[in-house]
Amino acid sequence: MTERMGFFTDTSVCIGCKACEVACKEWNQLPDDGFVFEATSYDNTGQLGASTWRHVAFIEQTRTVRMKGDEDAGVDRWLMSSDVCKHCTHAACLDVCPTGALFRTEFGTVVVQEDICNGCGYCVPACPFGVIDRREGDGRAWKCTMCYDRQRGGLEPACAKACPTDSIQFGPLDELRERAEDRLERLHADGRPEARLYGESPDDGVGGAGAFFLLLDEPEVYGLPPDPVVTTRDLPSMWRWAGAAALSVAGVVAVAFSGSFAGGIAGFRNGGRR
Amino acid sequence: MTRERSMVPEAEFRSYYGRPVIKAPIWHEPHMPTYLYLGGLSGVSSMMAVVAGFTGHHRLARTARIAAALGAATGAGLLAAELGRPERFLNMLRVFKPTSPMSVGSWILAAQGGLSAVAASSELTGILPVVGDAAVLATGVTGPLTATYTAVLVADTAVPAWHEAYRELPFLFAGSALASAGALGMLATPRAEAGPARAVAMIGAAMETVSGVVMERRLGPAGEPYRLGRAGYLMRSARALTAGGGLLAAVAGRSRTLTALSGLALTAGALCTRFGVLAAGRASAADPKYTVVPQRQRLDGERPG
Repeated sequence: MTERMGFFTDTSVCIGCKACEVACKEWNQLPDDGFVFEATSYDNTGQLGASTWRHVAFIEQTRTVRMKGDEDAGVDRWLMSSDVCKHCTHAACLDVCPTGALFRTEFGTVVVQEDICNGCGYCVPACPFGVIDRREGDGRAWKCTMCYDRQRGGLEPACAKACPTDSIQFGPLDELRERAEDRLERLHADGRPEARLYGESPDDGVGGAGAFFLLLDEPEVYGLPPDPVVTTRDLPSMWRWAGAAALSVAGVVAVAFSGSFAGGIAGFRNGGRR
Repeated sequence: MTRERSMVPEAEFRSYYGRPVIKAPIWHEPHMPTYLYLGGLSGVSSMMAVVAGFTGHHRLARTARIAAALGAATGAGLLAAELGRPERFLNMLRVFKPTSPMSVGSWILAAQGGLSAVAASSELTGILPVVGDAAVLATGVTGPLTATYTAVLVADTAVPAWHEAYRELPFLFAGSALASAGALGMLATPRAEAGPARAVAMIGAAMETVSGVVMERRLGPAGEPYRLGRAGYLMRSARALTAGGGLLAAVAGRSRTLTALSGLALTAGALCTRFGVLAAGRASAADPKYTVVPQRQRLDGERPG
């Protein structure tokens, strides 16, 4: 396995140009999502989905800030953030996929093999970030591959290539984490204490994300879960509870027939055949 | 105790224009919930066939063997139809993945379907009776698993109303499966032999009702999706039908009409439970508050100051 590759999306320099969305669509030949105007913001794709692998969120905010001369003033700001599949260290979609269609690549990313995907849809509600989705009329699940094909050819993913402000950075994950820490310190020093990293910690509920973010507000403001946890973490416990329930089924049936075990083995031998 | 803390308070929370954070289950109706019902029916019917065989309830054993095979076959058919590409159903068996309840479940269902089909065929044709008996004995293991693995299937998702309920859902599904199979046994077996089926139905109805109540109570505000809207209507209907059907089974006596009413009520109740659980999962995924608020509280609770 080569070095683990990742995305660092620095939303503080995102200008909402959507070049990433378009580049992703073009390179991966994704169908359109219909031409919808959401009437809430400049966002016309709404969320990540089977045919939207990069999604730029637009958040309009009015906040009070201290201006020169100690006067408080209301200031409008736009938060813009290009969301993408997180390529989790512990990926729920990969865990629950019953066919092995989802796999971990040599770059440490998570990719769906389209010729194996069954369209069972299990990965869809399993993802704690709501990323992967089944495409209507196709029946299979699709999501960001971090341009697996481009990476294999030594190229960076299309979205990172197209980003004019370097809001989307691609590279070895360790290197990106260092770069993100530097950027965070810089922003804090510049008087932006609200800046924080999201998804960078290997100690979080998904073991750290292969695609992490620098945000300027709480994750939920961007439509991200504040504390995502890979659902399979509780799987052993889930099986134990189901096992107890299965035993209780056997117990209930045995109790219901109790008092009539006289037939015994001999009864059973004729049981099926009157 | 974190569990005693309110999970979803009235408090305001922030979200991205109220959009859902996670994706709702895309499974179709009636395929998925009907499969959950049929899987339960098949699984417990197998278990009943085994014990009925041992206890000399020949007619009941016969009914249960056939019900187990039909339930598994029809359920598998519904699953194949649920897939976007039904011709690739066999793909489910290309790997065995312990981390995927659907993979484990596919193997359980394949075993249950195959064994119960052998048992029922032998029963109906009289061919290879020993093989049929061996097969039905083996379904004594696969049956209870078929009836309960589906609870793990839905709980192993990011859907809060499902995941948070992973302790109670297996018992809800097990109770519902017992009630379903008991009801069918009651309906399709002469009264003289239907006693045990009636007992299975009554205990199952009680288990289904109690675990549903316990689940909603323990989930607290996080269990709200089970009480509101269409899911709430289905869950309340399920409870009324199941409790009513269970009580009716106890007093039906020799009346054919009352027995039939009880069996139908239990069947309808079990179906409502499965449709209700799916609807609650969808509602819980659609509203970002069920995802964001508990996670936010978890974070803030851990953060000192």
